[in-house]
Amino acid sequence: MQTATPEGAYALPDEHGHFGPYGGLFVAETLMQPLEELRQAYERYIHDPGFQAELDADLRHYVGRPSPIYLAERWSRELGGARIFLKREDLNHTGAHKINNTVGQALLARRMGKTRIIAETGAGQHGVATATVAARLGLECVVYMGAVDMARQEANVYRMRLLGAEVVAVESGSRTLKDALNEAMRDWVTHIDDTFYIIGTVAGPHPYPAMVREFQAVIGREAREQMQALSGRLPDALVACVGGGSNAIGLFHPFLADPDVALYGVEAAGEGLETGHHAAPLCAGRPGVLHGNRTYLMEDTDGQIIETHSISAGLDYPGVGPEHAWLKDSGRARYVAITDDEALDAFHALTRTEGIIPALESSHALAYAAKLAPTLGRERTILVNLSGRGDKDMHTVAAREGLCL
Amino acid sequence: MSRISDRFQTLRGAGRTALIPFVTAGDPDPGTTVPLMHAMVGAGADLIELGVPFSDPMADGPVIQRASERALAQGMSLHRCLDQVRAFRRDDAETPVVLMGYLNPIEVMGYDSFAEAAAEVGVDGALTVDLPPEEGHDLLEALRGRGLDSIYLLAPTSTGERIRRVCAAASGFVYYVSVKGVTGAAHLDLDSVRSHLDAIRAATDLPIGVGFGIKDAATAAAMGRLADAVIVGSAIVGRIEALQDRPAEVPAAAGAFLAELRRALGT
Repeated sequence: MQTATPEGAYALPDEHGHFGPYGGLFVAETLMQPLEELRQAYERYIHDPGFQAELDADLRHYVGRPSPIYLAERWSRELGGARIFLKREDLNHTGAHKINNTVGQALLARRMGKTRIIAETGAGQHGVATATVAARLGLECVVYMGAVDMARQEANVYRMRLLGAEVVAVESGSRTLKDALNEAMRDWVTHIDDTFYIIGTVAGPHPYPAMVREFQAVIGREAREQMQALSGRLPDALVACVGGGSNAIGLFHPFLADPDVALYGVEAAGEGLETGHHAAPLCAGRPGVLHGNRTYLMEDTDGQIIETHSISAGLDYPGVGPEHAWLKDSGRARYVAITDDEALDAFHALTRTEGIIPALESSHALAYAAKLAPTLGRERTILVNLSGRGDKDMHTVAAREGLCL
Repeated sequence: MSRISDRFQTLRGAGRTALIPFVTAGDPDPGTTVPLMHAMVGAGADLIELGVPFSDPMADGPVIQRASERALAQGMSLHRCLDQVRAFRRDDAETPVVLMGYLNPIEVMGYDSFAEAAAEVGVDGALTVDLPPEEGHDLLEALRGRGLDSIYLLAPTSTGERIRRVCAAASGFVYYVSVKGVTGAAHLDLDSVRSHLDAIRAATDLPIGVGFGIKDAATAAAMGRLADAVIVGSAIVGRIEALQDRPAEVPAAAGAFLAELRRALGT
């Protein structure tokens, strides 16, 4: 597939959606033709000036782009070392990077004549971002959410319902994000004629990993220009959290051809990689096939997908986008893991030193930046993708401290 | 000639529509599966599709999802499925058995190891729901090398080009999914099925089985007039679920239901 971003020699995925051995199209026959139609529509419109103009206008006037870059001066000084900049995706409409993608896919859905939107959601951020664009375009919207996640993200469930979406509790399997994705796929296969499935991350069957990357790459494209304007050069390192990996790919992708920019993807180590209670397939899993693509997975010795653990519902997923699997194997990006406790420490540190309350997902990236910064000199720079704001996590953080809000 | 082709040729000669039940291996418990398979053959099953439980059965409706969960909760695995087929083969050397499931357990075992083990225990073919021919070349070659058939799905959304591509990879029979939906879906549109089967027949001489949405004698009889084989899954698995606390009664109950379908199809 041709990509609309200028990444030089990097031309993955190939025409079959493969990133080396990863990615691809592993779905039941009923979905093969609809995915082909989606691929054709996506490739047609992503190069269509009218579509791009509408997308750009929505990103500017509705989402609030470009999102600023902020130098976390006090926090950087406290850590002692490299200066840490934050890409403020938390300031987007709906409070996270997720809306970059839902705006794009919803415009595509309308171009394809689809009247019904479905989505899966974990923490609820993608569900809210989908319900938001569906409300704006007057499209019917159904969001699948694991029953366990609904209990820990009640406020987002309410937001989606306010926006007119139907939120369906998924009671199968582990009743979290992976099961919500299964259920959304089942809905799609049943309502294929009028329904557009907005996947929220860079996983799933081709063309989703490439398409979601393209809609999120606005993060990295802006960041390249902004960092050069702010510091006169590109950052030494980029750090982003990785669940499915859409905010990380969005930031990394426009920097892939810059060998001097180190890329760090941060997975959720949960209670610690050694405990097995984590959500870090790249750090501690192995390749397999799930949800339409081949990638690193958390699985048992018989190939069954195992339950994951993270304090952050948005990282609580046993797979990861196939491009991350490729970037890991190729060595272009490094993948590390941060525990629940480390993420919480970073959450509090940023809140108190900078007056910014980060999402628990983004707190994983912050925690790794806090480890990395002191190992680098003051003249070096780190750019962290602050992918979302922490308002949705008040109950989770308070509960950790024995408080009930 | 594979056991599956043999069986379809015999049936074709006798003018008989094949009856293919699907059950999930290990449901309601691992000990019931082999007696259940024999009971189904006794009641008129011509081929058995044995479902390999998977944690994330994306193409299945709630009935078969729950069967997978029950089986996995009791420690079922691809290895144990193969053991069950081996046990079944001790008393039945003729009825073809197809394993139906998802790719990941086979990925973990390794394609060659799986093909070797499956052939050795007496499996005749594999239907891997989430492996279209575009991604399936290596597994297809591994299975072919061991004389195993690869069964593929075709769907109402399959275009003429896809039908040709899938049929070129398929052997044994092809499985037409009669509705846009998951297993156990409700509605059946016979006119639509008829026109799709005509399109498939134009592309292949392989027998065609039809499944998804066949729930009783009436729908089986209607489908039996159009297809070479009628595949029944959720309707049986639902009856097994109702007896999950009385597994000893499962083989007879499933047998009685299949006998009813067999009568409706003509014997």
